[in-house]
Amino acid sequence: MNRAAAEAVLIRAGALLASMALFGAFVALAGADPFDVFYQMYRGSFGTSFSVQNTLLRAAPLMLTALCTAIPARLGLMVIGGEGAMVIGGLASITCGLACGAMPPWFVTVAMAVAGIAAGGAWVGFSGALRAYRGVNETISTLLFNYIAIALLSYFVEGPMRDPTSLNKPSTRAIPAEDMLQSIPGLEVHWGLVFGLVACVIAHVLMMRSVFGFGAAIAGGNLRAGMLCGLPVRRMMIIAAVLGGGAAGLAGMAEVAAVHGRANASLVTGYGYTGILVSFMAQHEPLAIIPVALLFGGIGASNGLLQRVDHLPDATVAVLQGILFVVILASETLYGRFAIFRPREERVVRSAVRGPTPEAI
Amino acid sequence: MKSERRRHAVIMSKVVLGALALFMGLGCSKNQESAAPSAAGSASGSPAADDTLTVGFIYVGPKDDYGYNQAHHEGALVVSKLPGVKIREEENVPETDDAQKTMQSMVSLDGAKLLFPTSFGYFDPHILVEAKKFPDVTFLHCGGLYDATKHPVNAGSYFGYIDEAQYVSGIVAGMTTKTNKLGFIAAKPIPQVLRNINAFTLGARSVNPKVTTAVIFTGDWSEPKKEADATNSLADQGVDVVTMHVDSPKIIVEQAEKRGIFVTGYHASQAPLAPKGYLTGAEWNWGQVYTQYVAAMKTGHLFDHMPHLERGGFKEGFIKMSPYGVAVSGDAKKKADAAKAALTDGSLVIFKGPLSDNAGKQIIAPGAAMVQTDVNLEKMAYLVEGVKGSIP
Amino acid sequence: MMSAIDPVADVTGIGVWGVPLAVASGAVRIGTPFLFVSLGECLTEKSGRVNLGLEGTLVMGAMSAYAISYYSGSAWLGVLVAGLVGSVLGALHGWLCSLPRVNDVAIGIALISLGTGLAFFLGKPFIQPSATKLPAIDLGFWSSSPEVRSALQINALFVVGLLLAPAIAFLLARTRWGLVLRTVGESSDAARSMGYRVNTVRAIATTCGGFLAGVAGSFLSLFYPGSWNERLSSGQGLMAVALVIFAQWNPVRCLWAALLFGASSALGPALQSVGVSSGYQLFNAVPYVLTLGIMIATSSASRRLPGQPAELTVAR
Repeated sequence: MNRAAAEAVLIRAGALLASMALFGAFVALAGADPFDVFYQMYRGSFGTSFSVQNTLLRAAPLMLTALCTAIPARLGLMVIGGEGAMVIGGLASITCGLACGAMPPWFVTVAMAVAGIAAGGAWVGFSGALRAYRGVNETISTLLFNYIAIALLSYFVEGPMRDPTSLNKPSTRAIPAEDMLQSIPGLEVHWGLVFGLVACVIAHVLMMRSVFGFGAAIAGGNLRAGMLCGLPVRRMMIIAAVLGGGAAGLAGMAEVAAVHGRANASLVTGYGYTGILVSFMAQHEPLAIIPVALLFGGIGASNGLLQRVDHLPDATVAVLQGILFVVILASETLYGRFAIFRPREERVVRSAVRGPTPEAI
Repeated sequence: MKSERRRHAVIMSKVVLGALALFMGLGCSKNQESAAPSAAGSASGSPAADDTLTVGFIYVGPKDDYGYNQAHHEGALVVSKLPGVKIREEENVPETDDAQKTMQSMVSLDGAKLLFPTSFGYFDPHILVEAKKFPDVTFLHCGGLYDATKHPVNAGSYFGYIDEAQYVSGIVAGMTTKTNKLGFIAAKPIPQVLRNINAFTLGARSVNPKVTTAVIFTGDWSEPKKEADATNSLADQGVDVVTMHVDSPKIIVEQAEKRGIFVTGYHASQAPLAPKGYLTGAEWNWGQVYTQYVAAMKTGHLFDHMPHLERGGFKEGFIKMSPYGVAVSGDAKKKADAAKAALTDGSLVIFKGPLSDNAGKQIIAPGAAMVQTDVNLEKMAYLVEGVKGSIP
Repeated sequence: MMSAIDPVADVTGIGVWGVPLAVASGAVRIGTPFLFVSLGECLTEKSGRVNLGLEGTLVMGAMSAYAISYYSGSAWLGVLVAGLVGSVLGALHGWLCSLPRVNDVAIGIALISLGTGLAFFLGKPFIQPSATKLPAIDLGFWSSSPEVRSALQINALFVVGLLLAPAIAFLLARTRWGLVLRTVGESSDAARSMGYRVNTVRAIATTCGGFLAGVAGSFLSLFYPGSWNERLSSGQGLMAVALVIFAQWNPVRCLWAALLFGASSALGPALQSVGVSSGYQLFNAVPYVLTLGIMIATSSASRRLPGQPAELTVAR
């Protein structure tokens, strides 16, 4: 391992330890035994095979919603619309699944996935287009679209698409049980996890190895430079937004096809917002999203034990997430501060946000 | 030309992944050791565990919300004082696979044998999935959805006829109002909610036929800002008694008190929040229901003593009224008490003919009646005459 | 689709006139927290930084105001403490972003997470108790209608906000301090060459912005809706960032934007109270659609928005 990689690992590990120490001090102040808290967190997230599967299950949608922020971020777009894209993707996939009728299950699954990706992609892609052609700030428009998506969900679920037999919890009709997305053999985790892993790998190849990804890195670092190079920057912005939205839409499809079998208000999960944190912590690097999503999945999975055994409020994990996130982002400033990690020849200059570096141009 | 930094991220992620894999591997192997005895334990009637019964309660919101979740939490506290019972509670659990994992976690990590997942939306699919997975654990759901032809034998469902209490609240409201305008703030236009709106209005009109009820739907079970807006909009319309069907009535009760109008509560007692304007309220009485269930569970065969689908009103002790507030007249108390007695002994039926909806269509013919057990009541999709507005 | 509105049934109260009245009073009630947060965000953004963390600041402010008011019995002390807690979070943002290679947008999102997490954790004991609320100024004493009187029960914080908007505009446009702030926001190189410490100026602006966001939170918990719970904020802190763009970085326009947003939020319940309830789910989206529509109408791909600080990353 070279010096720079050692630096990255050690700074990350240091930040993780510092966050844990801060969190330990916090729960100690709140009157809990920090060591027991850590033990319960371990037990709840990775300690038993049940816990591991719980963690994996929670990590799956986070991988997909994190991509919704990560892919456009390569082009310098700050998208926070994962929640809305997930809802719209779920809504579209159930519409498609119900329309498929008596088709074979594999066909229904593929059709639902395509519908979810297409709808999520179009939803965020619209924000990308507004940014590219109207200069509308994409952070704000994707935020607004989250609220609009949730309103549309309740309108359709309680109105035109309502299953008249879903009396007290308005829902759409359900797809037949055999059309549901199954568990991965040997695990109690549905195929959404594989979707997430594969999507992260594809995104990595696309953004790190392809011409598109290379162009995105240039344009993301400096829009004018991108345009001067003759890159179709506007079209690339829209493509990146569509890809990101598609990933979140697929998360919505998995939620519908694997968990509920129908669409209802439970489709609003908050995974879209947690995905933003995951993406930032992974520095918008698709492969790094996988371990970070597992970490957040594990934190979420340990929530229950902290409440039931240590009698801490449910917000405890939110505090831990907040501390982790602030400390890790702040630790970015430590890069290049330690002489021992410095390459002999030259210092590598890095930009503040994860993203294209000046020398990439 | 690949940037240095990009390579770090890749290496980094590999390292972290490796560490996680190691961590998880440890977890799995450790679990295999611990899984063996527990599997044997459950087969042979759990020798390790003494007679202590662990009961798990799962809430969709905060357990001190002055409303739906608090009503269940108060029931759980009653259970926790029973001998030989230990409770485990988890709050703010959404109706997603989080709910499944929480149930599973209470069973596999806490050793719970009886679970009360209390939110309506936990039943399908979450309880159904978990009940199939853990046949020796009993799942009791609040909502009355159990269907013996389709659902697992180790699950059950219960609910209360709280519209009886809303009817009595309506009587008090109808006797107290001066403008003859009542307001109802509701989360969603679903049968349970419509039934409460209708029962409240029928109660009010039984003592004061001039009364109308304006309804505002907020769209979700906990929307503090919209609930406050709704209370103020109703007060602006001259409404002088409001009631509600939302998860946490605290804001509505406080806003009503601030506007100087009257309010009747829901789920739990909100009397301390409105010392002047609180008239009465429709409350759950889960402590008694849960005590019955736990006692039956202790015999080892819960469903020999309790039906899979259990429902009750005043008579069965599932519901109760908040004590009357200072603004309730003696006459109103007398009429309300009489109605409560008649509902308890069955001589009063809320939904009976002739009954029309607010568009003039006849719902129940003269002479006919729908008693509480009538399944048609659970499909209610109309607002009775006297309710202003339509179902969205 | 309109359902029947029966004007005859509305002879008591003020009938359909209640709709404009409810919308007007809603504009003030719902708009006030938006006004404070957007003024705070406007100040921060004028210095060339974005603080998305105001959502967390707002929630933390709401919780601490409620807690302090509950313990001390003084609502105004609660407001002050909320402002101070907001300043601390703002200063934290300002300081962290002063470090090299730390991104302001990312830290903002981190502070949303930390602020709401802390507020929910520490706020558990205050969900139940009732704290002393802020008093209202009775501007409707002349009217005999209780509805009109209630609509004119204006909170003093709204009056403060009303005065604060032109005051901040004046500060930015006419004072030396405002000039420095705007210079830092327009070109950090120019400011540096003039001898100003860019990071310090930005940290101060963010701290002041945090104060205002904390005060906005205290309005939520101590006046309207006037209670502490975990669903109290429905994204007001994030929406403020949209309103600032919508208002084109002009504090006086922030006032109009906040009032417009408040009015459109009040429309849905007001229509339902007179019997129009079809599609109520969509009424709830009106404020967001409206904001989006105005942003699309006023933005342009080829030019910078008027008033937009050149150093601002989020609005490139």
